[in-house]
Amino acid sequence: MANTNEVKAKASSAPAQALTAIAIAAPIAGWLVPGAGHIMQKRWIRGLLLMLAVVVLFVVGLGLQGKVYAFNTGDLLDILGFFGDFGTGLLYVVARSMEWGQAVVPHVTADYGTKYIIVAGLLNIVSAVDAYHIASGKKP
Amino acid sequence: MILELSHFSAALLFALCASVVFGITQRNTPREMLRYGAYCFALFAAGVIVAGWVMWLIKR
Repeated sequence: MANTNEVKAKASSAPAQALTAIAIAAPIAGWLVPGAGHIMQKRWIRGLLLMLAVVVLFVVGLGLQGKVYAFNTGDLLDILGFFGDFGTGLLYVVARSMEWGQAVVPHVTADYGTKYIIVAGLLNIVSAVDAYHIASGKKP
Repeated sequence: MILELSHFSAALLFALCASVVFGITQRNTPREMLRYGAYCFALFAAGVIVAGWVMWLIKR
């Protein structure tokens, strides 16, 4: 009981994180354009490296003839695949509008490509969250 | 554009990109980022080699 009260007291005495404009804009920019959340906070090298990593995964995934999932309510893995792909932000929008990744290719490296694209989206979300942590002062 | 990659090179490229993101996002200073990224890459690469040998043993 005493421990619970101590935890509550510490939580209430901790300074509240101010929700600044940059703390909102950085993760959104980072999601839309990989690395942009870091670049707009002048973390140039981190931003460029994140952008390079996500874009290389996405482009190589397309090159390996990976599938880009559309929104669907079918198989659970297809739904999760869509959310993974959607994490790439504008890259996903461009790929869908250009109809890239639509061919059904029964080839093992095409399956690699599909996974590359999903992981690019998931890593981009991790990057966007990191941009938020920097903007909100939780990380230097 | 159609790319042809071997299993190993595809796994190493994946490991490199994932390690860069993990290193940058999971640590605070550049030195720690570099060390953690290299650590993740080494674990990925070692995991690929170990998994390859395990699959070879299963096949026998």
